[in-house]
Amino acid sequence: MKVIVPIKRVVDYNVKIRVKADQTDVETANVKMSMNPFDEIAVEEAVRLKEAGSVGEIIVVSVGVAACQETLRTALALGADRAIHVETDQETQPLGVANVLVKIVERETPQVVIMGKQAIDDDFNQTGQMLASKLGWSQATFASKVEVHDDVATVTREIDGGLETLKVKLPTVITTDLRLNEPRYVTLPNIMKAKKKVIDKVTPEELGVDVTPRLKTIKVTEPPERSAGQKVESIEQLMEKLKNEAKVI
Amino acid sequence: MTILIVAEHDNVELKASVLNTVTAGHKLEMEIHVLVAGRDCSAVAESAAKLIGVSKVLLVDAEIYQHGLSEDVASLVVSMAPNYSHILAPATSFGKNVMPRVAAQLDVAQVSDIVAIEAENTFVRPIYAGNALATVVSSDAIKVLTVRTTGFDACATSDAPAAIDSIPGLAGNNLSTLVSQELTKSARPELTAARVIVSGGRGMGSGENFALLEALADKLGAAVGASRAAVDSGFVPNDYQVGQTGKIVAPELYIAVGISGAIQHLAGMKDSKIIVAINKDEEAPIFQVADYGFVGDLFEAIPEFTNAI
Repeated sequence: MKVIVPIKRVVDYNVKIRVKADQTDVETANVKMSMNPFDEIAVEEAVRLKEAGSVGEIIVVSVGVAACQETLRTALALGADRAIHVETDQETQPLGVANVLVKIVERETPQVVIMGKQAIDDDFNQTGQMLASKLGWSQATFASKVEVHDDVATVTREIDGGLETLKVKLPTVITTDLRLNEPRYVTLPNIMKAKKKVIDKVTPEELGVDVTPRLKTIKVTEPPERSAGQKVESIEQLMEKLKNEAKVI
Repeated sequence: MTILIVAEHDNVELKASVLNTVTAGHKLEMEIHVLVAGRDCSAVAESAAKLIGVSKVLLVDAEIYQHGLSEDVASLVVSMAPNYSHILAPATSFGKNVMPRVAAQLDVAQVSDIVAIEAENTFVRPIYAGNALATVVSSDAIKVLTVRTTGFDACATSDAPAAIDSIPGLAGNNLSTLVSQELTKSARPELTAARVIVSGGRGMGSGENFALLEALADKLGAAVGASRAAVDSGFVPNDYQVGQTGKIVAPELYIAVGISGAIQHLAGMKDSKIIVAINKDEEAPIFQVADYGFVGDLFEAIPEFTNAI
């Protein structure tokens, strides 16, 4: 069974982002970039499924600028078998990426696509659902546990208020939540091995897909700052303030 | 032009998130219809009909909609879409799951998690975990939006309920089935709907110690939340989690106990009206956003707090 794992290169989650002075975007020049953490969990899950014998080949795909190749190399070092880079300098948005992935899926015919539930830069949380929808496939979003069988997958999902377990028909799209697994560290020998693995390159135009963004961002601003309030000396004083000053108790 | 709001519910009750979504609908100044798709869910339709500004409720009562499975709900919404200019749902695990499927079928870009509406086609949404706000313009014919509930107040109810039209559903997609649900049972209010929240962090030390917070919460009629650190330490289940990777809340009063205030936690609660921080480390970043801070031992402070109410 083949699995495709789409991955996105994003600003590293440890970076404290800054809004550009001209309010067009956040500053991404000279900022550390990494694989989207939810996608890293997706790669790890695919590798675990392969180690357990339910998956044969893992193909990672990334849509974006030339530097996405570094992110693909990381995924190869984590255990993916080969990679496809769909190169574009356009800003990538979920609908365009889903359209690209449809073409890749038609070419590669995987039974399962595993991907992050959302990217930590634009926070859209759409691409997996859109891909499943366009393919007419089942979906299991926000997964915290995944079992893949011959023609179905059993997936436990994180929902508001608890957990829910679904049985979805294959082929399917699964999106990962944080607690699905803890991704392994990349080791030096695996980085060396990853250098020999193949990254195929293709463009959206060659796939016949228009990735022009459909949403236009007209402004990016800082959120309103909260300022530190006052320290209270005792619980008694706190109670008094909450009652008489804030009037919330 | 008319708005369609896809209602979130459990066949028994309309979820509070729908009330915020209707308020977002008011900002668009158009007629509002609400879709209630479920099984034996007429009580939900009746609640939806009472929401101010709703002019019609469309009730689809069929077995395949009982568990709100994304594939079937999305197909239904898509079949109704040509009559609407805007399709809204709350940005909860329900709306997030269903709406991108709708948008993809309509070949439109979805605008997720909106917190403000500036014009019929212009929306404000948080990006980078709320560390920036983006104003985006959609040029698509149908706008598919998910609404961050903390961005809009709950709408009021009216004494003159809207009409409820029963309409037929579609054939099922047969793509997925529900095996089981494990929902946390609690007499306390839901986190996203609570007026007061008492949250604990790593400083609580153990799951047992959360009993202290529960006692305080019960006195205040509050919900109990937690930071990701407390969840990762196994003190409480994941659905307690407030933060970027958990629930986004904005209660009138948020009491953070033993929570240091990592960016990822602040992203989930910084829109609360009043924030109280109780922490023994006076350097903890939580104090930077707290209206009232108390530096001290939570194991003494919380029982004292509870007794003082």
